Amino acid sequence: MKHDKQPNRLLEGGRIDRDRPLTFSFNGQSYTGFAGDTLASALLANGVDIVNRSFKYSRPRGIVAAGAEEPNAVVQLGSSEAAQVPNVRATQQALYDGLSARSTNGWPNVQRDLMGTIGKLSGGFMPPGFYYKTFMAPASMWMTYEKYIRKSAGLGRSPTESDPDIYDHLHQHCDVLVIGAGPAGLAAALSAARGGARVILCDEQETMGGSLLDSREMLDGQPAAQWADSALDELASLDNVTLLPRTTANGYHDHNFVTLHERRTEHLADVAPLANGRRQVRSRLHRVRAGQVVLATGAHERPLVYAGNDVPGNLLAGAVSTYIRRYGVAPGNKLVLSTSNDHAYRAALDWSEAGREVVAIVDARANPDGELVTQAQALGIRVITGSAVVEAKGANRVTGARVAKIDIDGFKVVGKAEELTCDTIASSGGYSPVIHLASHTGARPTWRDDILGFVPGKVTGMTATGGANGVYALAEVIADGSQVGAQAASASGHQTAPIDLPSVAAIREGAAVALYQVPHEKTTLRAPKQFVDLQNDVTAAGIEVATREGFESIEHVKRYTAMGFGTDQGKLGNINGMAIAARCLKRSIPEVGTTVFRPNYTPVTFGAIVGRHCRELFDPERYTSLHEWHIKHGAEFEDVGQWKRPWYFPQTVNGKPETMHEAVARECRAVREKVGILDATTLGKIDIQGKDAREFLGRVYTNKWEKLAVGRVRYGLMCKDDGMLMDDGTTSCLGENHFLMTTTTGGAAGVMEWLELWHQTEWPELEVYFTSVTDHWATMTVTGPEARNLLAEITDIDLDRDTFKFMDWREGKVAGVPARVFRISFTGELAYEINVQANYAMPVWEALFEHGDKYGLTPYGTETMHVLRAEKGMIIVGQDTDGSVTPEDLGMHWAIGYDKPFSWIGKRALTRPDTRRENRKQLVGLRPKDPKVVLQEGAQIVFDPDQAIPMAMMGHVTSSYYSPILDSGFALAVVKGGHKRMGDTVYLPMADGQTHAAEIVGPIFYDPKGARQNV
Amino acid sequence: MQRYSGFGLVKHALSHHENWQRQWRNPTPKKEYDVIIVGGGGHGLATAYYLAKEHGITNVAVIEKGWLGGGNTARNTTIVRSNYLWDESAALYEHAMKLWEGLSQDINYNVMFSQRGVLNLGHTLQDMRDIQRRVNANRLNGIDGEVLDARGVQELVPIMDCSKRARYPVMGASWQPRAGVARHDAVAWGYARGADGHGVDLLQQTEVTGFKIVDGRVVGVHTNRGDIGAKTVGCVTAGNSSVLANMAGFNLPLESHPLQALVSEPLKPILDTVVMSNHVHGYISQSDKGDLVIGAGIDGYNGYGQRGSYPTVEHTLQAIVEMFPIFSRVRMNRQWGGIVDTCPDACPILSKTPVKGLYFNCGWGTGGFKATPGSGHAFAWSLAKGQMHPLAAPFSIDRFHSGALIDEHGAAGVAH
Repeated sequence: MKHDKQPNRLLEGGRIDRDRPLTFSFNGQSYTGFAGDTLASALLANGVDIVNRSFKYSRPRGIVAAGAEEPNAVVQLGSSEAAQVPNVRATQQALYDGLSARSTNGWPNVQRDLMGTIGKLSGGFMPPGFYYKTFMAPASMWMTYEKYIRKSAGLGRSPTESDPDIYDHLHQHCDVLVIGAGPAGLAAALSAARGGARVILCDEQETMGGSLLDSREMLDGQPAAQWADSALDELASLDNVTLLPRTTANGYHDHNFVTLHERRTEHLADVAPLANGRRQVRSRLHRVRAGQVVLATGAHERPLVYAGNDVPGNLLAGAVSTYIRRYGVAPGNKLVLSTSNDHAYRAALDWSEAGREVVAIVDARANPDGELVTQAQALGIRVITGSAVVEAKGANRVTGARVAKIDIDGFKVVGKAEELTCDTIASSGGYSPVIHLASHTGARPTWRDDILGFVPGKVTGMTATGGANGVYALAEVIADGSQVGAQAASASGHQTAPIDLPSVAAIREGAAVALYQVPHEKTTLRAPKQFVDLQNDVTAAGIEVATREGFESIEHVKRYTAMGFGTDQGKLGNINGMAIAARCLKRSIPEVGTTVFRPNYTPVTFGAIVGRHCRELFDPERYTSLHEWHIKHGAEFEDVGQWKRPWYFPQTVNGKPETMHEAVARECRAVREKVGILDATTLGKIDIQGKDAREFLGRVYTNKWEKLAVGRVRYGLMCKDDGMLMDDGTTSCLGENHFLMTTTTGGAAGVMEWLELWHQTEWPELEVYFTSVTDHWATMTVTGPEARNLLAEITDIDLDRDTFKFMDWREGKVAGVPARVFRISFTGELAYEINVQANYAMPVWEALFEHGDKYGLTPYGTETMHVLRAEKGMIIVGQDTDGSVTPEDLGMHWAIGYDKPFSWIGKRALTRPDTRRENRKQLVGLRPKDPKVVLQEGAQIVFDPDQAIPMAMMGHVTSSYYSPILDSGFALAVVKGGHKRMGDTVYLPMADGQTHAAEIVGPIFYDPKGARQNV
Repeated sequence: MQRYSGFGLVKHALSHHENWQRQWRNPTPKKEYDVIIVGGGGHGLATAYYLAKEHGITNVAVIEKGWLGGGNTARNTTIVRSNYLWDESAALYEHAMKLWEGLSQDINYNVMFSQRGVLNLGHTLQDMRDIQRRVNANRLNGIDGEVLDARGVQELVPIMDCSKRARYPVMGASWQPRAGVARHDAVAWGYARGADGHGVDLLQQTEVTGFKIVDGRVVGVHTNRGDIGAKTVGCVTAGNSSVLANMAGFNLPLESHPLQALVSEPLKPILDTVVMSNHVHGYISQSDKGDLVIGAGIDGYNGYGQRGSYPTVEHTLQAIVEMFPIFSRVRMNRQWGGIVDTCPDACPILSKTPVKGLYFNCGWGTGGFKATPGSGHAFAWSLAKGQMHPLAAPFSIDRFHSGALIDEHGAAGVAH
């Protein structure tokens, strides 16, 4: 009964398409499987026993399970470098033609692994936490030890090329989210949908149906899978139902927010195939907000923990059934089943029906008497009672099972063991409801002695049903699902419409017995290794050692042994581990408790979580309406907040592009000597209206606003409540109750939030409204001695120096476009800031250039802006300040209204002892003793250059440039007590060993009287 | 106390590991101790250890409501560095760094302190000014560090996207070679074992429900296991500090926020240093087990849930994939949250309080792990002497009255 090239493939049965053979490779060798296979079923069909090497001891490992709980069959997928996917579980990977997979560990290969020999020899020296107890001497060697530890750890490898695939996010809302499309989930979805609720049904597997797909049971006289098919047909026909196969609910967050990861192409190829010439979306993340959540996630079978239980050929009983019934694969020839319950007898019956030999069923119970037991005995299968497999024999594959009578309560082997020859051992220690998702919400699970498992804790708006709630008999599962679905519909305002229950031939099952770790003739510490967590090589002995060492909390046990830390997150081993810890600590399992399960249920591709928010969409790029012009004119750009601002405009001089230094020198001279133009659109602009607008300004700015007349502009400072400067800018009075505030480019959003925060939480009685208008207006700064002459050519505004004074603003037309023109200056030169509606900016800008040629109009960028303002001692918030600078530190006493009638933000803080301190760091100018030196921004200042390290640092350079007008370097700095240290020499010891000297001077280097901006 | 060594491992292997001693006892609370430490996390256990070892004060109880090292010690991303901007913080974190450098040997417990270096990336001109400033300050404070340009960064981390194509191209970084990561759980356990070895009682599953205060002086605590007396009580309870302060009758300027972290599945070695970016906003390292350990900023709201919101996870991974496009196909295994106690100036509080004999060590926000040895060392000194250690003095609670804040926001951002 063997298939040609697939020795373990049954000639019939399974939900595979035998007409569609698929070729795939594993560790470089070519194999054939069928459409409908998983990689795991195909490997088993081909008789591949060893799929990996274990993490710590390098032991050979085979496939254990058939689903998400698989700990061993973790492979590297990908036929090209960019398509690599590390750590794919073979049991969850659909086979496709050309699939290429490799084991993640094993050298030189998984079959003959050198580390395995070392693991065998040194395994005894690696108890849990051994690395905490050694590698300490000599101390200098740790980095070397660590290199080798790192090399031997890890599973798969990261790709080293960028991901060719794309990922989507979807936002979904539904009345009822049903997680899991097994019998409970299908029944719940059907009844909720019939009641009219909007239902999303998701299931992690390739095909919906869950346990119905490999069930022996009949529903309404038909195979269970047929009932599943008709239920799915009905669901698919309903408009209010969304079916999401291959979709795993990975995270259950507060307020019924659930994240679903839908894999759309991973069953087709390693890189998403093209459809209509476009790359398909590899996976989608559904961000679901559900009225009700129905948890129908089923249960995971627990393996028994016995010596040698990791040798390939040891499988879960349920997995054996799944491979036979769903995939037509019998993963061996001679089976021994070791069980604590009736349910697992199905594996032996399936095995027998597949024509393979069941050597024996070893039942831990003294007198099993359920129907399945009788059936097995009727088939002539030997049933050994009161016993268990105490040890699996074999190295690279099971060769036998040592079976002995056991005393469960006494935790010992009684009598002599018998060795049975076999190549497969299936085990079942009962079932654990899949409670992971409910645990994500913080709900503590509850232990139930009757089902020997934890059920989900209470979560508002969530109901668990079927196996997830400890209900296992098929008839009851469907009835429970139907009722829960109907209730969920009702809870979300829909009708209660439970389904007609199918008839099920009930199978009487006897009670299970609580068995987790199987005793061995030797003590746990001396017995051959009994594995609990296969992926992390955690053994029963390891857990016992941990508890002996005082690790009594289950969280400590987990962390000390690494139990449950793998990519399977302990789905297979955790309950067994808790039971073993409980035994060692002489406590009950509920007293020991569970660890907290965290998202994700199964691992999720980073890319899927990132969605489209990467590359050019990582953070939006903001451009001004003049951006195209800047590009055309060769601007280099600087990132300021999200904005792209022209940094400088290098020109080609004598066939060579200017350096930044040359360009900036040219731009600076143009502004000081003729006229320059800056795109200042990015400055934040907030339109403030309301009868209390003026009052509000007085409370958020340090200076006074009650007398600012319509048509006037004022510079203002804004402090945090700790008295430290947070932003600055001008605010113009547009009308009695109408102001336009400007902010720094980077601070715009923060200031807007700040104003709303104070308005909404502290002063809601004030009638004031804020609107961000940053993008609505384009701002062009025309500045330099020729600014008035240039602007006069294209505006109808009277620019007379006495009627349109410094710090005035006027409305009119510029180049025929309605404009607000502000006479403010950030260069110290005569300056006009022209604001026009952003869409009209380009013609205005171009008109300025048309007329500006004869005046030498020169575009300049942020670097020149920085130099010009620094020459004038004007600060940039965030560069010359850092959240620890008060207005007084900046010498701006004039901008503080201590006598304002209503307190303002920061006022109280400015009267604290530390803010009154004499030797605070204060803003000064620095003139380098060597004028050729441009001090480093961020250089630290000391008074005594000869002191030893640590040096007493007295301040630092905040801004520093070469000034083409002064033909020297100059800097702004903050220095302790600087305002009273004019003329002192300070020193700047640099990393290259040089120490620069500089003189403390006033911060204004050019035109100290401010004559030039008032012309 | 059993001494750990490679030789010892071999010896124990021969006796099937049957003779390992408990790493700490499970004692019954005494009626009275000289000092009570509330909070059995890394900082609290370190405090107890140094009290016993350096000051000979061994009649000490550490009272922990859950399990040792179960709070932020178990939840952080294990980064250790000392390249802080301000003198006060730099001195404290560098004190910790020096203790880290001999810690495994001192406590005879391998905390796997891996000095693989930390990069703090700069993506804007202002980032680079701040980096220059901080590295200059570090140098003059005797702390290692240098400023790298984009090419230097690329050489250290070839797999990072340092190209101009990035949304915020890497312009450079600060590089502290002595910085790195450590095994967080081992720090708690190693200090616990060390403290226990000196006779300190570690009382787990013991919750402080109130303070006994007589005439403005603390004389003990109420717990779910009865009253326990002590004239000196140090509270080291991170996210629950404001709750405890409330029990003692005063307020602390703290906000407790969720801080999340996540790990990928284990991978073969791919990233050999720690990379942090405040601007793109994420940080990443690879654990010895192979997981990429990833974090970013706090969730904006207050909470004690030890869980955060999903958008924070999304933003964090966006930042990581922006910096490392090759990680897009790597998969996220697990996320979790801790409760961080943040101060207005992003610096901790090590301080006396309005209640005599009651001290608080809290407010470490997102950056407490790296300070563990230094914090415990300085706090133990303060409890032993009845006055704050010179390194701890600037972090007094009085600074929120005087205004003498130590604002690390500017240089450190939210991500420590």
